[in-house]
Amino acid sequence: MKNAAGKDMFSKLVYERPKTLLDRRLHYCPGCHHGTIHKIIAETIDELGQRENTVGIAPVGCAVLLYDYMDLDILEAPHGRAPALATGIRRALPDRVVFTYQGDGDLASIGMSEIIHAANRGENITVVFVNNTTYGMTGGQMAPTTMLGQKTTTSPYGRDFRTEGYPIRMAELLAGLEGVAYSARVTVSSPAHIRKAKEAVRKGFEMQLKGMRMGLSIIEILSTCPTNWGMKPLDAQKRVLGEMADYFPLGVFKEKKQADFE
Amino acid sequence: MATGRIEIDFERCKACELCVPVCPRKCMEMGKTINRQGYMAAVFARPEDCVGCAICAETCPDACIRVWR
Repeated sequence: MKNAAGKDMFSKLVYERPKTLLDRRLHYCPGCHHGTIHKIIAETIDELGQRENTVGIAPVGCAVLLYDYMDLDILEAPHGRAPALATGIRRALPDRVVFTYQGDGDLASIGMSEIIHAANRGENITVVFVNNTTYGMTGGQMAPTTMLGQKTTTSPYGRDFRTEGYPIRMAELLAGLEGVAYSARVTVSSPAHIRKAKEAVRKGFEMQLKGMRMGLSIIEILSTCPTNWGMKPLDAQKRVLGEMADYFPLGVFKEKKQADFE
Repeated sequence: MATGRIEIDFERCKACELCVPVCPRKCMEMGKTINRQGYMAAVFARPEDCVGCAICAETCPDACIRVWR
């Protein structure tokens, strides 16, 4: 079939599954943003040409099967210990690109000391932090990032700041540490936000490629958990852009420049 | 006049409906047939309006859309 200009129509493949993402069915629930986040990481690694050079660290959480989905070397860390594992790999193999993929229960709760100290040491790793305000895999318990008033299986009357404290803003917390090179909060709840998130993930990976110890880069991605929130995927996306984005403001909180090291 | 074409992997779709409202030309719809996973997969309902912008494919969390232009 030819178009008006005489060219073959529909001959150019504009979009397909990135090569780093293996051709397998993802086990995530319908509308879960893990798939979108896997896709943007895979696209970034493809674009940077680092597929043979990247080591990923899978968390404990829904993304525990990351090694089944990505055509990369991926190790499985004990709960919350991904930054410690990444530190070792990065120091033993300094030419590799190392990233960790962690959820909020993993990074902000049990793994809090690992991430704080890895950030404070300025380890040259990229941390992709998926914040969906709940422990998704274990059945929707309250996480440190759970919103005030949010009902979970362990806070059936809603989170109350008098007994459970306030949700932690990790991107801002880590941006305050000297060892952090890049800290941003993004979301993947609309096409425009997906592109911004991809830009942030790319910057996070580039911090490792510049050949200098720029420090740790963290990209917090506000994500949905339609199953445990008890919402339809589209309503869950609206919650992320409304209630969650109000408490967890989107943006870049810190970005070190190469000139800072010269 | 269509300037693009998409292909949805029927068996991979989980019917999350995220691709339906993002299409600027409203080409997507939820289907009526159940796939092997048990979901009513999305269908490419109005191919004549598609411009091949690939926004649906970027949005799909299960990467089951391919786009040609």
